[in-house]
Parts: sequence; structure tokens; C-alpha cells
Amino acid sequence: MVMFWVALLAISILLYVLLDGFDLGVGMLFGLTNNETRRSAMLGAVSPIWDGNETWLVVTGVILWGAFPAAYATLLSAFYLPLVVMLAGLILRGVAFEYRHGAGRTRWIWDLSFVGGSAVATFIQGLTVGALVSGLPMTNGQYAGGDFGWFSPFAALCGVGLCLGYALLGACWLVKKCEGDVRDAAYRLIPLLAVGLLVFLIVVFIYALADHLQVMNRWLERPYLFVFPVLGALAALVLAVSVRYRRDELPFPMVILIFLAAFGTLAFSFWPHIIPFVLTIDEAAAPPSTLNFMFWGCGVVVFPLMLLYTLVSYSVFKGKVETTAGHH
Amino acid sequence: MDMTALLLSRIQFAFTISFHIIFPAFTIGLAAWLAILEALHLTTGRPVYRAIFEFWLKIFGMAFGLGVVSGIVMAFQIGTNWSVLSRMSGPIQGPLLMYETFTAFMLEATFFGVLIYGRSRVPAWFYLFSTAMVALGTTFSAFWIMINNSWMQVPVGYVVQNGMFVPDDWTKIIFNSVVWSRFPHMLLAAYLTGAFCVAATGAWYLLRRRYHAEAHIMLGMGLGLAALLVPAQIFFGHLNGDYIHEYQPAKFAAIEGRWHDEQPAGEVLIAIPDEATETNLYEVKIPVLGSIIGSLSLTSKEVGLTDFPPQERPPVLIPFFTFRIMVGCGLVMLALAWLGSYLWFKRRLEHNRFLLWMIFLSFPLPFIATLTGWYTAEVGRQPWVVYGVLRTADAMTPFLTTRAATISLVVFCAVYAFIFFFGTLYIYRLLRAGPAGSLIGVPSGAVPNRPMSLAGEGAEPDGSYVGAGE
Repeated sequence: MVMFWVALLAISILLYVLLDGFDLGVGMLFGLTNNETRRSAMLGAVSPIWDGNETWLVVTGVILWGAFPAAYATLLSAFYLPLVVMLAGLILRGVAFEYRHGAGRTRWIWDLSFVGGSAVATFIQGLTVGALVSGLPMTNGQYAGGDFGWFSPFAALCGVGLCLGYALLGACWLVKKCEGDVRDAAYRLIPLLAVGLLVFLIVVFIYALADHLQVMNRWLERPYLFVFPVLGALAALVLAVSVRYRRDELPFPMVILIFLAAFGTLAFSFWPHIIPFVLTIDEAAAPPSTLNFMFWGCGVVVFPLMLLYTLVSYSVFKGKVETTAGHH
Repeated sequence: MDMTALLLSRIQFAFTISFHIIFPAFTIGLAAWLAILEALHLTTGRPVYRAIFEFWLKIFGMAFGLGVVSGIVMAFQIGTNWSVLSRMSGPIQGPLLMYETFTAFMLEATFFGVLIYGRSRVPAWFYLFSTAMVALGTTFSAFWIMINNSWMQVPVGYVVQNGMFVPDDWTKIIFNSVVWSRFPHMLLAAYLTGAFCVAATGAWYLLRRRYHAEAHIMLGMGLGLAALLVPAQIFFGHLNGDYIHEYQPAKFAAIEGRWHDEQPAGEVLIAIPDEATETNLYEVKIPVLGSIIGSLSLTSKEVGLTDFPPQERPPVLIPFFTFRIMVGCGLVMLALAWLGSYLWFKRRLEHNRFLLWMIFLSFPLPFIATLTGWYTAEVGRQPWVVYGVLRTADAMTPFLTTRAATISLVVFCAVYAFIFFFGTLYIYRLLRAGPAGSLIGVPSGAVPNRPMSLAGEGAEPDGSYVGAGE
């Protein structure tokens, strides 16, 4: 039963990262152009689905709370200030979708909040992952780092890295969904972002070696983990080829594979901890009466339904965005 | 334990949740109404329903967006500021909120996209289905939230193990009788909010002599619904009073402004409760009515606040006054809904500019009633966060500092003030512009049918369609 909820948690985090990842990425790339036609095409590529995408964050939050209450309580209270800032970013970018239509001369405010909110939210998400990798200051199972105990240069570096990663996802989504200028510009960006991401990963690797992060030991103990970087490298290769030959459908799934590889790497490096090297999954798990109650309703019935209507929504909005038609 | 951080956390939670509830209160009712409009449009083929639908959909979109983003904050805040509560009650509250997210959020969010962007991409029946799914989603959301909150008000079906509330009887938790008076109370509050906003908008257009056909329908549907729902709401409000009387006597005494046991008890209509002297100043009181309201009896003894030690009493002033404001709003809404509906059926409402003004100005009432109702419920159960079991002061994140709590409160206040200001401005602009812009989507073939469809309505000819571009 605990394994079931671990799996659902993993799927939800992954879906959140992949789905909101690309629309946060589009949010950041939105700042690179001033052209209104391009901007509305970019918005058109994400506006019907961003809301559902972001809901996977809430899904992740409630699975964490319901199935692993100790982890929810510890993590959220430890990352107090970063989460407040992330929420502010998500709010400001979220309202921008609708507010942009209502605004006249003040449209620039919402363009700014869309770009800035997307970037800030992404940076914080990367930062929290980085902080988890390098280990939170804990005593007796309780966070003991103070207001800024989560900060480290490594965590900040991970924040920047995730910005590159989401932007890459976003660019590939635009290639898939848009035509003309936007698609061409996105094609030009993909190599830059991909190389940036690669450099970031190398730096992280060197940093980890130099710092003897606990994660590195895991790798020496579990050499099968190297399957993930190999998968990522292969996907990167296909990505390069698909960009070279302008195959619109291919780059997005390849970047998904790269993210999958990174996610697998992290998840299996942390295993069986839910908060790395402090709290294990079994220690954090809710009592059986809770897990069972959630299993039959949410787990068996509603979760597949949620996946189903996420699919329905994506298929309703499949294909290239019509740049001529207004969306209201 | 940092007492300043505790106070700041409580202010922050009160502020963010008050801000949040405004939008669901509005959109739950509006979503149901949109589904009805779309069904009416499909079955009658009258384009006026489509015009009203498109118009309110834009406003729904704005308000829904604000509800979503402020709702995400709620999902996090229980963990950031109240980690002891979230650790202890996670096994019960976690699953309830999970059911909410799974059954409601995803449904709403997914089909909301279809509603706003997908009209041209899906068949008509699927579009109607999507509006119904959004309405269903918002209702589910309210359902699970009310179960969750009711468990905090009247905790049942659990045992305490390893410092956690471990559920041992989910049927007790979900089918708690308290849920079944509080959930309808909240749902009706939301429907009334939607109804009054719609009616007020109709009244506004009539006062400005614009969009006559649309305004007529908005007024009739809004007031008619309200005329039926306000009495139902008062009935469920009374049932809520019964559960408070039974399970939370200290809250009941605070609401009643009753300091000492009385037999038979009087009902304090208005007063200024004074906690220092444990008496009421400027009290207006009706004898025996307190026993009738509390126990449906002429002789019952009703409990006073001094039966409880001071550290187990709620603050008296807030629930005492918020309750009276809520009831006052309800009575004014009842009068407006009944009088307005009566005149509407007699076809005299449109000429009664005074009443139209009153209806127009009434739109804040349901919001105020919803907020003050919640303040009564939530402040009235203090000092407990889980009633009788866990104190609010003990539920906070133990290492939260005043500095962090100050920063977060300032950030939330600034961001919410900013988006609320612009959100209200944009909604006002949409309302002001009226349904004119939404005619674009109506197929031209629908226009020739207009005289026939209007004949059934029997209203005087109107210029709102022809003059839509004014």
C-alpha cells in the first residue's frame, strides 16, 4: 500500500514537472520577444491547459499530506520563505492569462508578471531540489536551519539549472504547437538551452564530486543507476538530430525523456528516503486506515479518471495553434 | 514558541482564506447558472441565452482564475505555518483534501479550459457536458472542504496514536450530521451570491437603460432563485445553530452574548459585550426567545459563558457581531428577493427605480454574509483548531520566526491587494461593457428566430440586440 502511494506521488511530481514545466518555460521565453503576434501565439499554445497543469502541484501537495504527513509537515515548514515566494510567483503569472485580456495600457504589468512569476517559481522549484540533494540541516527529525537554512550556492545553481530545463521544455512545446516566427525562434533557442543544460549538469557533477555529497555514495553503491544518464544522453542525441532536420513532433518527447532520466536519477539516489537521508518513506507513511481509504476512491477510481480527462483536454487542443483566431 | 509569529500566522491564515472564499462563493453559483444557461440555449435555441452565457463566462473566467491561484496558497499554508496540525491531522485532513483535489480541482481545471477556449473545437453536447463538469467540480470542492472543516469543528471517528489523529471510522467522519447541515448552508450561500450578483447586474443595466432583454432575464432568474433559496438558507442556518448548541456551547453562548446561565433564557438582539466585566452594555433583549431559539422550549436552561474558564472561551465580540451582520444581510436579501420577484412577475419592477437601485446596491450583501458567517464559525471555535483536542497555539510550526512570518504576511498582503485591485477593475469593466461584445459568436441564422422566441416571453420589444454595438 505504501508503495502504491509512493508510485502515485512519483507520477504526480513527474507530471507536474513535465506539464507545468513547459508552460512555465513558455512563460520565461515570453520575455524574449516584444512582438504581440508572437506573444499571443505563445500564450495560445499554453492558455487552455496551464490551469490543469498547475493543478498537478496541488495533487502532489495533497498526496504528500495524505499519504506522508510527516514529510509534508517537515518539508513545507522548512522551506517556508522559498515557498511563499514561489506561490507569489505562481499567483502573479496565473492571473496574467486572464488579466492580459482586460488590461489596456497596463498590459505590460501582466507581461512582466507572467515572465517574472514564471522565472521565480521555476527558480525556487530548482532550489528546493538542490537543497534536498545537499541535505537539509536537521536535528532529531526536525528542521533546524532557521529562516535561510535551505540556502546554498549549490541550491541556487540548481535553481538556474531548472530554469534552463523548463525553458528547453517550453521551446520544444512551442516548436510542436506553433508555426512561423515563433517556431523558428524556438528552433534557434533549443541548441543554446540544451548546451546550457548540459554545462549545468557537468558543473553539478563536478560540484558533487568535490563536495562529497551523500548522493555520490549512492551512485557507487548502485552502479545500475547509470542507466538513467545513458538514457538522457541518447535522448539528447535524438533531440539534436530532430532539431537539425526540423521534425516538429520530436524535440518535445526527447526533452521529456531527458527529464525522466534526471527524475529517475534523483528518485533512485534518494531511495528509500522521502526527505533525503533523514526520513524514510515507511517512517513518513500515514496509518493504514488512511492509506486504505484513499486507495479505493482516489487511487483506484479517480486517479485514472484524472489521467483520462487530462488526455481528453490535450486531445481537444491538439495540433498547431491557429494564430488568426482569437481565443475569447 | 514565538507568540508574535503565532499572531501573524493567524492573521495571515484569516486574510488568505477570507480572500480565497470570496471567489469560490461567487463561482460555485455562477458555474451552476452557466450550465443552466447553456442547457436553455441548446433546448430553446434562443440566442439571448447564448449572449448572457458568453457575457458571464468572461466574468466567471476572471473570478475562477483568482479562486484557483488563491486556493493553491491554501494547500501549502497548512504545512508552512501549521506543521504540528498538519502532522497530527494529516491522516484525516490529508485524505479529505486529496479527495477534493482529485474529484474537484482536476475536473474544474480541465473542463474550464474547454469552456473558455474550446467552443469551436468540440460538439455542442460536449460543450454543455463541460459546463456541467465545471459546475459539478466546484460543488464537489465545497463538499469535501465542508467535511474537512466540520471534522475540525466536531472531530469524530478517530483515535490518537503516536501523536496523530488516526481515523478509525470514515463513515462517521463523512456522514457526520454536522456536515449535512453545514454543506447545504455553504452551497446555498454560494448560489445566493451568484443569484444576487446576476440580479444586481440586471438592475444596473435597467437603470442605465441598456441590454433590456438580457437584463430582464438576469433579474428574473436571479431574484426568482433567491426568493426560493433565502428561506431554505435560513432553515439550514437554524440547523447549524442546533449543532453549535449541542457540540460547541461556548461558541453558542458567545454568539448569543449570554454571560450567565438563564432559565428561561432571553435573546439579546443587540448589545456591546464587555469581556472585562462579563456583562453586556446597551443591551436590547427579548425574554424567553433565547430558550425558544436554543432548545425550542419555553422553559429550557441555556448555558452562559462564565460556565467556561476564561482560557477556554472564544473572543466574544467577533462572533457576536459577525453573526448579527450575517443575519441582517440575510433578512435584507429576503426582503429584496421576495419584493423584487413579486414586482418582476407583475411586470412592474422595471419602472420601480428605487427598488432597482436597492437590488443593484445589494451585490456586496451575500459576500459579507458569507464572510461574517465564516468568521462566526471560525473565531467562535477558538481557542481550538481541532475542537476540544488541539489548541490553535499548539498547532503552529514550532520554529517559525517572527521575521519569516512578517515577510510572508507582507508578501501575501501586497500580492493579493495588487491582484484584487486589478481583478475588480477588470471585472467592473466587463460588467460595464455588458453583453454587447459577446454577440460575435452567435450564428447569424439565429437572428431571424428572434421575434418568435420573444413572443413566448411576452416582454415589450427591446433594442438590445439591434443596438448591441452602441
